Amino acid sequence: MTKFWRTMLRNPGGVIGLVILVIAIAIAAFGPLLFPTSPWRMVQRPFLPPFTVAGLPLGTDALGRDVLAGIIYGARVSLLVGLVSTMAALAVGIPVGAVAGYFGGKIGDALMRFTEFFQTVPSFALAIVLVAILQPSIISIVLAIAIVSWPPVARLVRGEVLSLRTREYVQAAVVTGQSHGWIIWREILPNALSPVIVLASLMVATAILLESSLSFLGLGDPNLMSWGYMVGAGRTVIRQAWWITLFPGIAILLSVLALNLIGEGLNDALNPRLSKEGR
Amino acid sequence: MLKQVMLGLLLASALSTVALAEEPKAGGVINAVIQPEPPGLMMGLVQNGPTQMVSGNIYEGLLRYSPKLEPLPGLAESWNVSEDGKTYTFKLRKGVTWHDGKPFTSADVAFSIEFLKQTHPRARSNFAQVDKIETPDDSTVIFNLKQPFGPFLGVFEVGSLPMIPKHIYEGTDFKTNPANNTPVGTGPFMFKEWQKGSFIRLVKNPNYYIKGKPNLDEIYWHVIPDAAARAVAFETGKVDVLPGGSVENFDVPRLSKLKNVCVTGAGWEFFSPHSWLWLNNRQGPTANKKFRQAVMYAMDRNFAKDVIWNGLGKVATGPSGSSIKHYSGDVPKYDYDPAKAKALLKEAGYNGEKVRLLPLPYGETWQRWAEAVKQNLQDVGINVEMVSTDVAGWNQKTSEWDYDIAFTYVYQYGDPALGVSRTYVSSQIAKGNPFNNVEGYSNPEIDKLFAEGAVAFPDAARKPIYDKAQKILVDDVPVAWLLELQFPTVTRCNVKNLITTAIGVNDGFRDAWLDK
Repeated sequence: MTKFWRTMLRNPGGVIGLVILVIAIAIAAFGPLLFPTSPWRMVQRPFLPPFTVAGLPLGTDALGRDVLAGIIYGARVSLLVGLVSTMAALAVGIPVGAVAGYFGGKIGDALMRFTEFFQTVPSFALAIVLVAILQPSIISIVLAIAIVSWPPVARLVRGEVLSLRTREYVQAAVVTGQSHGWIIWREILPNALSPVIVLASLMVATAILLESSLSFLGLGDPNLMSWGYMVGAGRTVIRQAWWITLFPGIAILLSVLALNLIGEGLNDALNPRLSKEGR
Repeated sequence: MLKQVMLGLLLASALSTVALAEEPKAGGVINAVIQPEPPGLMMGLVQNGPTQMVSGNIYEGLLRYSPKLEPLPGLAESWNVSEDGKTYTFKLRKGVTWHDGKPFTSADVAFSIEFLKQTHPRARSNFAQVDKIETPDDSTVIFNLKQPFGPFLGVFEVGSLPMIPKHIYEGTDFKTNPANNTPVGTGPFMFKEWQKGSFIRLVKNPNYYIKGKPNLDEIYWHVIPDAAARAVAFETGKVDVLPGGSVENFDVPRLSKLKNVCVTGAGWEFFSPHSWLWLNNRQGPTANKKFRQAVMYAMDRNFAKDVIWNGLGKVATGPSGSSIKHYSGDVPKYDYDPAKAKALLKEAGYNGEKVRLLPLPYGETWQRWAEAVKQNLQDVGINVEMVSTDVAGWNQKTSEWDYDIAFTYVYQYGDPALGVSRTYVSSQIAKGNPFNNVEGYSNPEIDKLFAEGAVAFPDAARKPIYDKAQKILVDDVPVAWLLELQFPTVTRCNVKNLITTAIGVNDGFRDAWLDK
């Protein structure tokens, strides 16, 4: 594990990503303590530019709501949606991929055709349709993102399992009469995990982007302040008030960038053959 | 080149001082925006807002209305009401022809009413009291009513009763008549061409019965689907007229700061769009009168007016808009008073139950407004949950009474018997319609007052009845009134005389002219 951290910390991109993510998590966790009032509250005149009124460093939006408070509360929604929907996608994708890869044959074919069925539908369009049908709410958004993002997990896990199941230690486990479930759980999955972790960090980034896009289009949870909503609501007044869209836009950019950098770092650290140390 | 011409126009009009009695100038082309593209232009069959706006220049009604809702001559040059209020005699203008050259006569009027009774729900109820229509000669129409009907003189505007050519439609299937694609009216402009998705072009009617009118040669109605693109089209000079509601409210202050741009909220007196929150009187906290009053006190409606509607409109005092007949301001007042709202909630025994709020899915302005109201209500301790929906969902939820609080606005058509009573009388409680008594308010006294008010005669006898009804309603708060809306019309200032009547742009181009 120390080796993991050493490789990880040697990657400057990964470190920057980690720092940004830690800050974002800290903001999401402790920000509301500093801003106890609701981000929806109209606190000042509308359209106040940044740095003109004390206490409102990022200005106010079209209704006079504090843009900074919006970004802080938005961090909660973005990170929560990103993490929960990724967990949900993994919870579907890993079992499907593992079963398909381990058993192969007709079961594997059936599961893979089922996966491809989801992959043939453009994922953003499918997410829009799902949220529209289920009524926009935080649950329907998490569900929609999970449904459109599990297929790549299933395919990745299947590929890994396919190659691992022919290894000798797996065959040894089969010979000793252990159950299929046990073999998958104890022998195969732990060894297939590294690429999944890398993929997962990128999926969190994609999920944040998806949630922002949905909110931008007005399909976000109307009771939760999110970055995508702020950009979408500010878009119509962008020529009078650039700050309403710019700051939440930067927040989305930074968090997605951070997660991508972390993904890169994880890839190096978890895959010794690719890391600089191994070369 | 065009840009230079436009610039020249701008400079010229900026330099010319405002003369009080300006002589209209003849000629010129006006480019206006129409949003959304109308489904058709045959006004007898389609009554959507955009259809009325374009076709109000092609078709005409018997009367026009001043901003104070006094009747003005239209196709009828004079009218007369009998002593008992049951016989209305209209003298039609002579020498009026349809766009195809055939004369317009009283037979067309009688036919139009028969036509519209089949196709126009509002005309059907407006003319329900008519017993018999007589046409003793080509230029006289007599309506015999079963009983006096107070608002009767207010139902002859072009959108409520457009004149339909009998010689084209008689004996045909109205809906499939090929003439529906090339509408023929008596109006100042004639239909010329319609490139779907792009523009509708109207040209001057050279044989219009008022000599010298219209002043303009052509009107182009441009179809531009995106609100931001419409604003840009105005800025770049592609269009000169943005009718109410065609750009987002947030764009209006920016556009109004441009040179040579005039903004007005006039021209909505006849419709007097009135906005309110449906409060479900049947169940939940909103069934309690004290809770409903608390909602009224909790809302900062001046904020909504100033910030969301850019200062246009008025805070509504009650069920009637102030521009419609028999309006009374002598009612209980609900100022922004969160403390009072909290006290009322306490009295009502409200214990933090969740209350669903349904915004009106008509774009940014309404969404922001819902967010502001939600915050107002939360500030006094009401546990509000916003539900998002689309237009179809909004229609369904309100007409099936599946809501606690819901935004809406409706037209009032100048008279409480036409546009107000339907929201409060118990006979209008019926599922499936989002514009009747959706809140489920039922009060026998109100039923009786509105029934009496509609048929009382003469007009002065109606006033005390409606005064009383308004007082009772405002105390009961069956719905939470928000604002009397005004949709700003944005034009170049050299477009003159566009809005002169109570329906504004809808029949405005007859008198409009372009200063060069």
